[in-house]
Amino acid sequence: MYSQALNAPTPLADTSPEATRFQERIDAEERIEPNDWMPEAYRRTLVRQISQHAHSEIVGMLPEGNWITRAPSLKRKAALLAKVQDEGGHGLYLYAAAETLGVSREELVDQLLSGRAKYSSIFNYPTLTWADIGAIGWLVDGAAIMNQIPLCRCSYGPYARAMIRVCKEESFHQRQGYEIMLTLCRGTAEQKAMAQDALNRWWWPCLMMFGPPDSQSSHSDTSMRWKIKRFTNDALRQKFVDATVPQGHYLGLTFPDPDLRFEDGHWRFGAIDWEEFRRVLAGDGPCNRERLAARRQAHADGAWVREAARAHAAKQRAKAA
Amino acid sequence: MATTSITLDETPARALLLARADDALVLGHRLSEWTGRAPLLEEELALANIALDLIGQARALYQATELDEDALAYRRDAHQFRNALIVELPNGDFAVTIARLFLVSVASDLYWRAAVADPLLGPIAAKAEKETAYHVRHAAEWLVRLGDGTAESHRRAQDALDLLWPYTGELFEPVRSGPDPAALRPDWEEAVSAMIARATLRRPADGWMQSGGRAGRHTEHLGRMLAEMQVLPRTYPDARW
Ligand SMILES: [Fe+2]
Ligand SMILES: [Fe+2]
Repeated sequence: MYSQALNAPTPLADTSPEATRFQERIDAEERIEPNDWMPEAYRRTLVRQISQHAHSEIVGMLPEGNWITRAPSLKRKAALLAKVQDEGGHGLYLYAAAETLGVSREELVDQLLSGRAKYSSIFNYPTLTWADIGAIGWLVDGAAIMNQIPLCRCSYGPYARAMIRVCKEESFHQRQGYEIMLTLCRGTAEQKAMAQDALNRWWWPCLMMFGPPDSQSSHSDTSMRWKIKRFTNDALRQKFVDATVPQGHYLGLTFPDPDLRFEDGHWRFGAIDWEEFRRVLAGDGPCNRERLAARRQAHADGAWVREAARAHAAKQRAKAA
Repeated sequence: MATTSITLDETPARALLLARADDALVLGHRLSEWTGRAPLLEEELALANIALDLIGQARALYQATELDEDALAYRRDAHQFRNALIVELPNGDFAVTIARLFLVSVASDLYWRAAVADPLLGPIAAKAEKETAYHVRHAAEWLVRLGDGTAESHRRAQDALDLLWPYTGELFEPVRSGPDPAALRPDWEEAVSAMIARATLRRPADGWMQSGGRAGRHTEHLGRMLAEMQVLPRTYPDARW
């Protein structure tokens, strides 16, 4: 699904000639490629961001996967399965992009399973009804697009290129999710209530996806200077709200925010519960433990399969030699 | 409250379409249950691809009955399903999933090849055959990896074949119309035996064969699968999704 705007560490100032040349290339909008010189902190920041993004795609398969076997029509079943498969594909390209920075997928997966790596907080919320599948597509993929479109111009070439492909698919997911919501909202009273309930539960967590407010995220300056990030968390969040509120009104739904109002060309929203965000990020959301346990279980159950594949490949190599 | 199940007039043409459609849907559904659980990410995507092909085949076949595809999938009771028992068995471990996919796909591929000339199935068969040929390749590659890999994977693959073998006879039972499945059996035997040997596995002996799926007498597993799959259309019978 997408990269949470999480804090990156503040790197030390580097005044070496390579560092100066590097910054000049960034300023000139040149793409940095895997074999180019880059500051260690730039590499570390990217590895962290890209791998968190990859982990989010993979963990994000779980809440939506929860409804594949209960999708209410064959068309919806196929579309949801294809969507979840796309998310797995995003995980795959993102791990590959991270690998260009000198880390292995195994290491990154190990960080996820051991609980050292973060992934987007949104996937620690449960999918309780079919309407959640609509709400996730509409809102979560919608938020992902806001975050990821600027990443298509990220200074690191392999990440930017991965994002171009990912964004095309995310916009398709967003439209599909909205269409599920529209069908529910034009359906029976129970269906409309389901849609409203899903919006009530997903709205605030989706606003949190953009990360802490600018006043609290002291680290985005460096990412901006390196053109890994191009807009602040608050700017992206506002853009998302402005785009999404009219869509919700068109559905005939109400946003769970009594302070929501249109002012100076923007939809202004009420206070976000940052305490909840911190808690979920720290591991105490409704589903953190389940999500990680599900990933660990799949990994452990598959160990004998991966081992068999390696053993067979080794035997084939020995035969060929 | 009245039942939410449909009744249908099963003409020979419909019976033929439903048998193939139900095989595809039930196996596709089983494969979709692997989402988020596969042993590696690439396999997650491959199983989803195969599941999508199968669900696509099921839809084309249901549509060919000229009845509503969702009514057929979501409003029939277990005894109205016409799939072979082998596809409804639970996934088991990855070896069972692969062995089943292999055994069934080899039979389906032969069937679709024979069906290309059939007036009713022809248009669907041509596409389904191409897809199924890939399913056979994918499953066969894994069967060889598992059979040849480690002592554990070999044991699991053999257990899987032994478990599934009694369900393979039903794939060749005669039907009222369309290509005769019984005629495909020698080619299936040959292809399956060759691949089992390549995987260093043992072909199980033919003993008692399970049967009943085509007549609507299923295992205990189908009812549970349908209870989950059909829950929304059954709970909200007036809703459109
Ligand atoms: Fe994604
Ligand atoms: Fe997506």
